[in-house]
Amino acid sequence: MSIDWSWETTWDVLPVLLEGFKTTLLVTVIGSAIAILAGLIVAVIQQTGFKPVTWPLSFAFTFIRSTPLVVQLTAVYVAMPTVKPLYIGIAVIGVHYATYQSEAFRAGIDAVPRHQWEACTALSLPRRRTWIAVILPQALRGVVPALGNNIVAMFKDTPFLSVITVTEMVRVAQVYGGDHFRYMEALTLAGLIFLVASYPTSLLIRRLEARLARS
Amino acid sequence: MGDQLQAVLDHLPDFQHGLIVTLELTAGGTVLMFILAFALGLASTAPAAIVRGVARVVIEFFRGTSLVVQMFWLFFVLPQLGVEISPMLCGILALGLNYGAYGAEVVRGALGAVPVPQREAAVALGFSPVDRFRRVVFPQAWVQMIPPMKVLIIQLLKGSAIASAITLVDLNFQGQILRNATGNTFLAYGIVLVLYFIIAYVIEWLMKGVEYLAKHRLGLVDAAWWDPRRYRTPALAGAAAPAGASDEDPRGTRGGDR
Repeated sequence: MSIDWSWETTWDVLPVLLEGFKTTLLVTVIGSAIAILAGLIVAVIQQTGFKPVTWPLSFAFTFIRSTPLVVQLTAVYVAMPTVKPLYIGIAVIGVHYATYQSEAFRAGIDAVPRHQWEACTALSLPRRRTWIAVILPQALRGVVPALGNNIVAMFKDTPFLSVITVTEMVRVAQVYGGDHFRYMEALTLAGLIFLVASYPTSLLIRRLEARLARS
Repeated sequence: MGDQLQAVLDHLPDFQHGLIVTLELTAGGTVLMFILAFALGLASTAPAAIVRGVARVVIEFFRGTSLVVQMFWLFFVLPQLGVEISPMLCGILALGLNYGAYGAEVVRGALGAVPVPQREAAVALGFSPVDRFRRVVFPQAWVQMIPPMKVLIIQLLKGSAIASAITLVDLNFQGQILRNATGNTFLAYGIVLVLYFIIAYVIEWLMKGVEYLAKHRLGLVDAAWWDPRRYRTPALAGAAAPAGASDEDPRGTRGGDR
């Protein structure tokens, strides 16, 4: 076993990878936005307890959560050949993580003490104000750590999009490797960029968690 | 629709192969995951700083890089280094290493969650360090480990679908074959998704059994195993029940970032 690491290739591939990394970040940011919004909306709907809506929703979410992201991506990709793969990728990963995020929101909403609801009823606050002014602000405090974890997890799952030809970083590395017969530098660097980007985020989340636990 | 259904039924026996590959990947990955989780988890609580440091670096490395990158690295780069391994081994290694690193955090957390008085009591009773671990600390930590481990196994199952990208004909790939054969995207992938769902459900169900056995060993449940009431936590278990480790919150606030 001999390692012939080529620095020339390394400097050659790095800018190309960083270009692909922009797509990775784009997917993470928009995907997170979808996950947070859809997750929150579904969590609130679930809280209403209106069974004709909550049952199908919770079945759909359980189903999405227990089936692989790759299969969902490929299924939608082959079913809609006219839509740009990037859009499919963002939508599917966003919805996939929305299912996790809505669980986090649900747990946060459940953690708000019952008295808070009762107090709102006693003050005869309208339903909308109860949610916006009282319940959600308290629920969100408990949700932040899980939210951070989900965003990091989503960030590390973006390479799955390479399967449906979205030119994010790993796809770029794969294509470069195939073109130049140098998989080693491209894929190793891609892995290192993930490590460098996600480790500080993990540390930040841990710090945030500790801070929230103290207050 | 009628002929398409017939075409699907004709192709269904081929699914066996893909199903077996997916199950092999999941089983192999899970075994490796557990071995690594215990090795790294124990190492990260070791008294020697050097052992702890090495374990932390390994854990952070495999958690910080993506599963897809690791699998591609093993598949594309190792041959360049002169090491040829089969795609199946690539898949199992990548899955086991990635989720093993997450598992190590679960193990570390569960060991840390065993109340200190339990260790002290075992010391006071004159247990040897090995017996202390084997008879007091581990059985209690094990109960706490099971729910998050279950989540990891299901995620490993779902991660195994990427193996179709390294030439393995797994369930996911079989779906593509069926789609090409019948032209019916909805039906082909519907079947694949339902099959993954069923596997995930079986894992869930098996692990509930394992959890019951572990709790039974600690005397935390007293109903017979077929009695649905056994999942009601008796008063004694209130103290030992894992606080954040509910099955409903797979990426809960416990268990590190995932």
